[in-house]
Amino acid sequence: MREIHVSSVTDAVKKLCMEANYALEPDMLRAFDRALGTERSAAGKQVLQILKDNAQLARTKLIPYCQDTGFVVCFVELGQDVHVTGGGLYDAINEGVRQGYTEGYLRASIVRSPFDRVNTGDNTPAVIHADVVPGAQLKIQIMAKGGGCENRSKYKMLTPAEGLDGVKAWILECVKTAGPDACPPLVVGAGVGGTFEQAARLSKKALFREVGSPNPDPAVNALEQDVLERANRLGIGPQGYGGDTTAFAIHILTYPCHITSLPVAVTIECHAHRHKEVTL
Amino acid sequence: MITTGADGIKEVRPPLSDADVEALKAGDRVRITGVMYTARDAAHGRLLPLIEAGKPLPIELKGQIIYYTGPSPARPGDVVGSIGPTTAGRMDKYAPQLLALGLKATLGKGARSEPVREALKKHKAVYFGAIGGAGAVLSRFVKKLEVVAYEDLGTEAIRRLEVEGFPAIVVNDCHGGDLYQDGMKQFARE
Repeated sequence: MREIHVSSVTDAVKKLCMEANYALEPDMLRAFDRALGTERSAAGKQVLQILKDNAQLARTKLIPYCQDTGFVVCFVELGQDVHVTGGGLYDAINEGVRQGYTEGYLRASIVRSPFDRVNTGDNTPAVIHADVVPGAQLKIQIMAKGGGCENRSKYKMLTPAEGLDGVKAWILECVKTAGPDACPPLVVGAGVGGTFEQAARLSKKALFREVGSPNPDPAVNALEQDVLERANRLGIGPQGYGGDTTAFAIHILTYPCHITSLPVAVTIECHAHRHKEVTL
Repeated sequence: MITTGADGIKEVRPPLSDADVEALKAGDRVRITGVMYTARDAAHGRLLPLIEAGKPLPIELKGQIIYYTGPSPARPGDVVGSIGPTTAGRMDKYAPQLLALGLKATLGKGARSEPVREALKKHKAVYFGAIGGAGAVLSRFVKKLEVVAYEDLGTEAIRRLEVEGFPAIVVNDCHGGDLYQDGMKQFARE
């Protein structure tokens, strides 16, 4: 049994929260460059260039890339041979969020109740999903999930008869209705299969794959590429000003499903796709 | 007041008149210099009951610009943290009443509802878009910041900003023009 003290979890999460908000990951910077090479719209190109400048300024001045520094969504893979000591794992994660957001000049965007809407003041709590896996490591992935794009995420229970075409049409519909509101160019995560909650969870998890990398499953990769090409024919473009770059990527994760069901959850993510991970 | 810069970009200086607003067309690039007020969901939630009760508001709306944003905290020595626009559509419920009181412009990102677009025509007002997610770059145009109401709301408090050359684009003008619809039509390949 390997012991990991909660203080190292807190320190790691704190660092991830700050870095995610100041320094956009290289996969997103490469996506901006690729789009600058293909975008036909002058206004769209200008937006992409400003976003690149924004990323550069955020990194050098340690100012958040976006003022909405997000809801921390945390995926944990806890090795079954790990013993977390010194306190609760979830408490340690939330303490990392608290320290990262308050010490890092990041915005507090979470209200304690959906009804009274009083701000918790330190961006806690995070949304935490944990899986137990073989091994003696603890992997922590965090996403600083923006609210504007999250508000455009959707779920639909298709029938098996609607099949592949139905899945494609629904993901496209989500991109279309997200429109300019969700800060395109988007990164779209889709969870297909499983149950209601499993599909939604997968749609978030799918966003952690490197943007621009192929899906390891060739059939699903073809599906992603087809939907991406069609999304970029919609004409919405960067910021909705019109153009060819409406989405940078469509990422899909699948799970076995019931003979009656074809659930599809779609998480809409903006160009401020802030994701970081660490393995302890 | 509105003038046109040497580079063709329109210089917008509030307070704005009907004639100022009429000169702005969807797709026009603008630079805003002067005062803007920030307000988003929670602040609008407090303004509306005051308007409905006919009570005075904490800010003057006539001719002014409301920027839909909730900035991140400033580092010591900085005026503000990151300060990009939030989704304007969430304020659609409130906007027509504010426009009826003489508010001349709102600044945000994302599409407005039909009632808001109609109110822009009726009251001669304009909806500007700023680049969502470019909050670090946009912070450089804010020269002064002061909380003027609802400090308890934190990032959602009403702030008075003094900006210089703040870049934006006309999304919806008072003539029915709509940048999002025009842009999408131009580039759709169906």
